[in-house]
Amino acid sequence: MTDLAWIDAAITAARPQALAALLRYFRNLDVAEEAFQEACLRALSNWPANGPPRDPASWLIFVARNCALDEARRSKRHEALPDESVLSDTSDAETSLVDRLDNAHYRDDILRLLFICCHPDLPATQQIALALRIVSGLSVAEIARAFLVSESAMEQRITRAKRRIGAGEVSFETPGAPERHERLETVAAMIYLLFNEGYSASAGEVHVRVPLCEEAIRLARLLLRLFPGEPEIMGLTALLLLQHSRVAARLDGNGNIVLLDDQDRRLWNRELIAEGHALIDKALRHWRPGPYQIQAAIAGVHSHAARAEDTDWAEIDQLYGVLEKLQPSPVVTLNRAVALSKVRGPAAALELIAPLETQLANYFHFFGVRGAFLVQLGRIDEAQVDFDRAISLAHTAAEAAHIRMHIDRLMKDSASAQRASA
Amino acid sequence: MLYAILCYNSEQVVGNWSEEKDRAVMAHHTGVVQKLAVVGKIGPVARLMPTTTATTVRAGRQPIVIDGPFAETKEQLLGFYIVECATLEEVIDIAGELAHEPGAVEIRPVQYFSDPSNPARALSEDDAAAVSSQSATRGSP
Repeated sequence: MTDLAWIDAAITAARPQALAALLRYFRNLDVAEEAFQEACLRALSNWPANGPPRDPASWLIFVARNCALDEARRSKRHEALPDESVLSDTSDAETSLVDRLDNAHYRDDILRLLFICCHPDLPATQQIALALRIVSGLSVAEIARAFLVSESAMEQRITRAKRRIGAGEVSFETPGAPERHERLETVAAMIYLLFNEGYSASAGEVHVRVPLCEEAIRLARLLLRLFPGEPEIMGLTALLLLQHSRVAARLDGNGNIVLLDDQDRRLWNRELIAEGHALIDKALRHWRPGPYQIQAAIAGVHSHAARAEDTDWAEIDQLYGVLEKLQPSPVVTLNRAVALSKVRGPAAALELIAPLETQLANYFHFFGVRGAFLVQLGRIDEAQVDFDRAISLAHTAAEAAHIRMHIDRLMKDSASAQRASA
Repeated sequence: MLYAILCYNSEQVVGNWSEEKDRAVMAHHTGVVQKLAVVGKIGPVARLMPTTTATTVRAGRQPIVIDGPFAETKEQLLGFYIVECATLEEVIDIAGELAHEPGAVEIRPVQYFSDPSNPARALSEDDAAAVSSQSATRGSP
């Protein structure tokens, strides 16, 4: 079966490894990308005729390397390529790459490829766009659609970001353990951001962008395959799988947000949940808790409850308590307050978040959550003020609509209360 | 004679299948299984979770637990068990007991399970794990 779909899937799967190896070889991203493109074109004509190679990544690397070297010799554009003496590994250019790919060496190549997309000078959205373009191989048009900007704007953004990272110095030496760990952490954070960008879009009419979430999960799995013994990477992957398992239930037919409590849990993807739990189990054995593992555990508690009222809120409250210690942040405390309100009531929760107002003065969720606590306490007028504030801070149409629904409910309730008392 | 049929493919390629493609593949398999069930020729069927969920237990005086799938190529798949356990710890204990000859056993959670030969055994969601054993083929054929 060498149909186009198979070739497409094989090339997509091989891309990070192949491009990462070519980058180490040529030490120039543009040259590496061009060589990879050329190899893909040859794969399209070669594979249907000769059958698929046993190891598509090795095939693509080998062909891409030869293409680029041929091209350089033929066109005498020697300046386009680094001098032969600068190129690493020229000695084994003729030997089979399969042996070398078998050793775990290439994992540092892929980590480097991901890491250069996370240049600290680049804003988060540009890091994500770059990773989608370079590592995932999405077209500029696809990325532009995901970010809801025009293709030319995205083209510009990526070109600028590339120029920025081109000037930066990324070591091509094999990283030492501390450096590797640091890279891993940076890359994990970028994958987390990528997922969040899809899970809760930062702007626009569409609130959930599934392709971004799926791409983040793919990259997390890739990272976990390279570093199978890292509990935080297990935690990250589990977290993304568990969050994504609820995608079909998070929006209703009109694209409105459905809160966790109100979701139809039969729509949750049991396969993703089971995989997430399997990874949490593995991570737990290491006794090295970290923020991703704790967040995954929290998502795991929700996924265990067949009905919203079965949720073990005390357990969630405790887990948020651990997360607060590991990674103190007002947003974490805000989330803990939601759990606390279920365990000890809205008054306790309100008290917990009272000191956060100045820090979260521009945070949509703060006012949405506080408004909900105030409603539960019957302080309707104050709730109304918070909901109005939340609408003014909403990033997406769905966020604003969700709060408006709360307000409508308040209006209806107070109207019927007035009627009842009249 | 009982036969086991083991399915191989590139996990990364399969992981890049679209949902429709995945469904179509599963539908094809289900079709074959149903045909075989009618003539009583089919036993338990399982689809394993990705190798990222795998744990390997190496035999030794004290079995060694390693994250990730069994990756050596000089050893071959010689057999497998399906066990039902509440925790990963429990499976690891069982795996350690099974791995008493040199070699290794790999633990893989099962994603999909059906047993048309035993209708009493309903589809199980996340409570079964496959333990496959790879041991050196040195010695006995």
